[in-house]
Amino acid sequence: METLLFYLFATLSVAFGLMMIMARQAIYSAVCLIGVMFCLAGLFALLSAHLIAALQILVYAGAVMVLFVFVIMLLNLREKAGLRSVGDMATQLFFVVVLGVLFVPLIASYDAPSATKLAEGFGSTAGVGTLLYTDYILPFEIVSVLLLAALVGAVALAKTRMR
Amino acid sequence: MESALAANQFLALSAILFVIGVAGVLTRRNVIVVMMSIELMLNAGNLVFITFSHYLNDMSGHVFVFMVMAVAAAEAAVGLAIALAMFKNRETVDVDEVNLMKG
Amino acid sequence: MGLTWGLENIWLVPILPLLGSIINGVFGRYLSKPVIGAVACGSTGLSFFVAVLAFAGLISQNPAYRVYENVLFTWIESGSFVAEAGIQLDPLSGIWLLIVTGVGFLIHIYSIGYMRHEDGYPRYFSYLNLFMFSMLLLVLGNNFLLMFIGWEGVGLCSYLLIGYYYDKDSAADAGKKAFIMNRVGDFGFLLAIMWIFTIFGSIDYTTVFTAANATLEYGGFAVTGITLLLFLGAVGKSAQVPLYTWLPDAMEGPTPVSALIHAATMVTAGVYMVCRCAVLFNLAPVSMVTVAMIGAFTAVFAATMGLYQNDIKRVLAYSTVSQLGYMFLACGVGAYVAAVFHVMTHAFFKACLFLGSGSVIHGMSGEQDMRQMGGLKDKMPVTHLTFLISTLAIAGIPLFAGFFSKDEILLSVFMGHTSGHFFFWFLATVAAALTAFYMFRLYYMTFAGELRAEDKHVRDHVHESPYVMTVPLLVLAFLAVIGGFFGFPIIKGAHALNNFMAPMFNTVGAPEHPHPSLMVELILMGLSVGVAVAGILTARHFYQTKPEAATAMANKEGLIHKIYVTMKNKYYIDELYDALFVNPAVRISRNFLWKIFDVKIIDGFVNALAAMVKEIGSTARLTQTGLIRNYALAMVAGCVFLIGFWLLAIGV
Repeated sequence: METLLFYLFATLSVAFGLMMIMARQAIYSAVCLIGVMFCLAGLFALLSAHLIAALQILVYAGAVMVLFVFVIMLLNLREKAGLRSVGDMATQLFFVVVLGVLFVPLIASYDAPSATKLAEGFGSTAGVGTLLYTDYILPFEIVSVLLLAALVGAVALAKTRMR
Repeated sequence: MESALAANQFLALSAILFVIGVAGVLTRRNVIVVMMSIELMLNAGNLVFITFSHYLNDMSGHVFVFMVMAVAAAEAAVGLAIALAMFKNRETVDVDEVNLMKG
Repeated sequence: MGLTWGLENIWLVPILPLLGSIINGVFGRYLSKPVIGAVACGSTGLSFFVAVLAFAGLISQNPAYRVYENVLFTWIESGSFVAEAGIQLDPLSGIWLLIVTGVGFLIHIYSIGYMRHEDGYPRYFSYLNLFMFSMLLLVLGNNFLLMFIGWEGVGLCSYLLIGYYYDKDSAADAGKKAFIMNRVGDFGFLLAIMWIFTIFGSIDYTTVFTAANATLEYGGFAVTGITLLLFLGAVGKSAQVPLYTWLPDAMEGPTPVSALIHAATMVTAGVYMVCRCAVLFNLAPVSMVTVAMIGAFTAVFAATMGLYQNDIKRVLAYSTVSQLGYMFLACGVGAYVAAVFHVMTHAFFKACLFLGSGSVIHGMSGEQDMRQMGGLKDKMPVTHLTFLISTLAIAGIPLFAGFFSKDEILLSVFMGHTSGHFFFWFLATVAAALTAFYMFRLYYMTFAGELRAEDKHVRDHVHESPYVMTVPLLVLAFLAVIGGFFGFPIIKGAHALNNFMAPMFNTVGAPEHPHPSLMVELILMGLSVGVAVAGILTARHFYQTKPEAATAMANKEGLIHKIYVTMKNKYYIDELYDALFVNPAVRISRNFLWKIFDVKIIDGFVNALAAMVKEIGSTARLTQTGLIRNYALAMVAGCVFLIGFWLLAIGV
């Protein structure tokens, strides 16, 4: 069952990913990315990260992607036709392929530990929350400051200048 | 929960998604699509975190994913604001037409 | 306030002028001239007051061992090297203390009047107070390093004050000359301090001098070397042959500065140092002869150069060099008390002479050439009177201060044990005659006869100086009269200064004190008075009775004319130094250091580096396309190479 679900989600996410980078219009890319997010949420659930799976849908697929879609609608653009020159494309794809090839031995050589019995409440809201508010309280606070700064920065950048 | 799946399968999927993201960043010219590709790469990274968290029975990975999500949200907000500003000033979102940093 | 109050608070003596210097230096530009003068004179006046109290406290101590040492704090401590900031008051430093603060105070007051019309009033007083601080540090320090700090400090202040009129090239050059020539001497002094430290492991006076007899071999290499190096320092500071040429040039500074620094105090620092190290010099007969030789030679040599100078201050400058020669001659034959005595009387009458010449220059609207002067007797009565008294004192006329001290030196030299002491005595007597001659030449040219100034404005403007200048003159003239009685000869026990100081200098190897018969003493006295009077009469003949005779003699072709020209040009010593040291240095600097080393090597290196950076930069800027995709591509490529390298490294 799990194996089946894994392959389903894996195939779907790769397909959505490829469609995302190849879509002609940005809005299609955004929809495909939302698909990838949903698949990944399923995979997280498979890995017993229930809270993260929920957040993946709420925050990513919900909030962040809505932001993307919103901006795309606002700009209402069509990407100019045509790819880059053949030389450019070749160089870029060459490096991409090499990177992909390099991952193969990297992952193949990894001797993963066999799955152990997970602790009680692994991946639950309570578990992650406890960790977040005890051991990682300082990074948590810093991230909150970062979000505030991003908020201010985004407003400052996007607002229409007063004449 | 006893899983029949090997960690390497998840890692391989993550690598594939990551490489797709890299390809998107490198080849696409629309700045919004480039940013979406970056989101895809971040998600691939998240998958690695969750995988190891599961197989090492340590929830710290979850916390890190949480942080990555927050940073991604911030990055998306600022990045899209920049895209808006760029469009307002130059009537374009094509990364190839922006070269203010040219030396 | 008991007798010890002054001793316990003696640290105030140097600190007060330092405070004055800081106040005038930092806030002077916001203060009015009377306030500046009050700060400067007030600080030195208070300092003099404390110094008198301290001296009284010193006198009240046991006559056999009058030393007051007070370590304020440990200044430097590094391994075995310890330098304390401490004060040592004994008869030697006590005498200097009174001279420096007393004469310094008078000259500060005088400066208020003299500098009234000058710019940079606060700067002048700030430097002058700083000088007082340095000089007092030099005198009061309880170790060689403090003396050296003071030594350098007075050198610095001397440089600053000589170059006071810094917009005048000659003044700036004179300042540099003084500073650089002093470096030669300071180098010797510093080496001597290091040598002393390596031998004694200490630079404290008490430690060194107590251990000297046991540690150093009489006439040995070490003690001779140390004392000769110390003397090299003294030669530089006290303007002895061959390092004397800076002092006449130093007359470019304001006249009160010449009086204070270049006559009364700083230039006697060398004598102070030799007297302070009397213990060491007593152990080194070779050095003693050297000191005496240099001193005697300088006394005559400088006196001859003073004969035909026409600048009133330059005559006094050569006279100072000559008198300093006397002091060293006295040190060289072991008559340290006579040297100190002469330092004291010289401080009085020479300060008075300089201030008097300053008063004359002031009255003559800045004219320094004696050929333009004359007949000032009636126009400047007070200046004339004090100048005459001091001139009589320096010429060695009985009952004036200079007579007693100079005579004591002559007597000591005559009775000395140093080889060649008769010859030294002969030189000193010749110098005495020359001194009397050129000083009265100065006197007659300035005060007697008719006013020769051509400028009508100057002629009408000649006036006596204000009280603020004449009162210090009167005080100094008074001291120049009575100063000699502190060392009254002939009657046993009447020599107050000797009684006071002698215990300091009676150390191992010290030459025996001469006990001349009354007959010898009187004959020598008569002889020196005789040569002095002869000198005066000659001067009177040439410059009062028959002024044309001197000109005629000087202009007549022949040997006398040649001598005249040589002396007038100061024996061409400056030209010789220029040819020997200055010009080669300039040539090497210009032809090698500048044109080859600087231009070709250093500049070439720098330029090559700049060109290289520029070239690299213009190449590297091509990589900065400003396009995101290229940067991203570079990042990916970097990741690819890193991962690839890592995989190869772990051998997967």
